[in-house]
Amino acid sequence: MKEYICIVCPRGCHLAVDDENDYAVTGNACLRGAAYGREEAMHPTRVVTSSVRVRSRKHPRCSVKTDIAIDKSDIAKAMLLLDDVELIPPVRRGDIVIASLFGSEANFIATRDIDE
Amino acid sequence: MKMYDDYELIVIGGGPAGLGAALSAREHGLERILIVERDVELGGILNQCIHNGFGLHYFGEELTGPEYAARLIDRLEGQAIDVLCDTMVLELIPGEQGHTVRLMSMAEGYRSVGSRAVILAMGCRERTRGAIQIPGTRASGVFTAGTAQRYVNIEGYMVGKRVIILGSGDIGLIMARRMVLEGATVLACVEIMPHSGGLTRNIVQCLQDFDIPLYLSHTITKIEGRQRVEKVTVQEVDDHFNPIDGTEIVFDVDTVLLSVGLIPENELSRAAGVEMDPKTSGPIVFENGETSVSGIFACGNVLHVHDLVDYVTTESEGAGKAAAEYVLRCAHTSHKRTCEKTPYISLVKDETVTYTVPQRIRVQCVDDHVRVFFRVKTPYKTPRRIVFRDGDRVIASFRRPYMTPGEMEHVTLKREQLDEVLGDELTISVEEIR
Ligand SMILES: Cc1cc2nc3c(=O)[nH]c(=O)nc-3n(C[C@H](O)[C@H](O)[C@H](O)COP(=O)(O)OP(=O)(O)OC[C@H]3O[C@@H](n4cnc5c(N)ncnc54)[C@H](O)[C@@H]3O)c2cc1C
Ligand code: SF4
Repeated sequence: MKEYICIVCPRGCHLAVDDENDYAVTGNACLRGAAYGREEAMHPTRVVTSSVRVRSRKHPRCSVKTDIAIDKSDIAKAMLLLDDVELIPPVRRGDIVIASLFGSEANFIATRDIDE
Repeated sequence: MKMYDDYELIVIGGGPAGLGAALSAREHGLERILIVERDVELGGILNQCIHNGFGLHYFGEELTGPEYAARLIDRLEGQAIDVLCDTMVLELIPGEQGHTVRLMSMAEGYRSVGSRAVILAMGCRERTRGAIQIPGTRASGVFTAGTAQRYVNIEGYMVGKRVIILGSGDIGLIMARRMVLEGATVLACVEIMPHSGGLTRNIVQCLQDFDIPLYLSHTITKIEGRQRVEKVTVQEVDDHFNPIDGTEIVFDVDTVLLSVGLIPENELSRAAGVEMDPKTSGPIVFENGETSVSGIFACGNVLHVHDLVDYVTTESEGAGKAAAEYVLRCAHTSHKRTCEKTPYISLVKDETVTYTVPQRIRVQCVDDHVRVFFRVKTPYKTPRRIVFRDGDRVIASFRRPYMTPGEMEHVTLKREQLDEVLGDELTISVEEIR
């Protein structure tokens, strides 16, 4: 049995997911909670946000995010990749900072503009 | 041209509130608008909130703070709205015909500009250690969570390696995750209340995801260290928030992040004689965001602390529209006098509710409805009714399946309902469902 707090809506139901019984969810007040609980137990993912170095005097850091949610277990590895990045302005929102993380469809992209 | 005619509207603060208000005032017919921002760029606090979770309600998608700000800033394009960054408003002096705003900037020095209407959109700042008084040495390594956020996300400095967080407000939670991702160890998050102050989503994704323990009903009672913080003592508290002897836990940390709440930044408003609400620490406002001084409006975190930026944007659009209506209609002397005499009803709360915004409603100025924002004092896990009464008569009642102090609630009162109010007070309370 795994326990989670549902974050789909502010009510915050306490979910129990039975991983030995086809991921059956209890404690949810609605169906969205059941879907969330199952997904969290089977395949948790997160959008990762961070910042990287920029060669700029005005803006030493540029914020970035993964454009889709990645496996929770890959977060630490993904963060390490960012340590080696240095962007050179101009940077535009949506520019790819690191392409196809671990061979997946996910990329790190810039989330702000930096002109100089 | 008289000085008070320099601008029709001056917006103080270029965060989401100021941007939303200015754009809406433009849309509603104003042509001479100025936004004054003390930072080097527009966007306000959003620039340092690089995490995602913004914009679900307003833009219908999850954005990071900088992306949300950029969406609003993009809309300024071609709008003929003047923007002064790196410029601080030092003083706001209300006047009969218009208001005077005193500005200071490196580039242009000190000067005064006049405007028919002013919108206060200065946001809020964090409570600091002094404001909550923890005994101990004054070692370095104690930061507010927002300051640390700025250092890490904007300047690119790491603030410490072993961290404890006091207060479970959202900024502290967000920073807990951020510090871990940047390689620090976060030993605990300590909250004096029996419930968390932050959004559940943040408790889950920022603490639980990284196995950071949350100590409820605990507080930091001592900070030790010679130059840098070395040790912090945490104790459980009783029902009256007094530390309980024998519950001491000592943590070896070099950094303490304070996330003990935000206070609206209202020095300018107070000095201008705007009437304040001690509960929100923001101005008392009417249904359209106008303060007790006619022609001065307030929106966003300067008015009351919001947890969702989407509500800030919508509220500010309301204030921008109201400011436009004021300039185009009410500012004319004869009309203004009648406006100022318009009777209003006061929203009164019982002990279940911490505050409401607006605090006053001029029923005859309400077009169709008013949105009333409020916070409950304690969490409710089962359904409750929110009841508005004029004396004993129920004017409106709303059902909510659950409520928590950490999340702002709102209800909509219709003009027809308000017309039913005969007295000059409307009481709001949270009640059991029978
Ligand atoms: C750290 C943090 C994390 C948050 N996380 C989330 C989240 O995950 N999701 C979400 O929806 N919401 C979040 N919020 C809430 C949301 O970001 C805020 O409610 C919103 O940014 C408030 O907007 P504002 O324009 O009122 O204030 P601000 O963004 O603070 O803008 C106020 C501006 O006024 C300027 N100013 C102040 N005084 C003066 C002066 N005298 N002269 C000139 N300029 C002045 C300031 O420099 C600032 O730029 C978060 C807030 C904080 C603080
Ligand atoms: S289970 Fe449904 S009601 Fe409960 S928190 Fe999740 S979405 Fe909300």
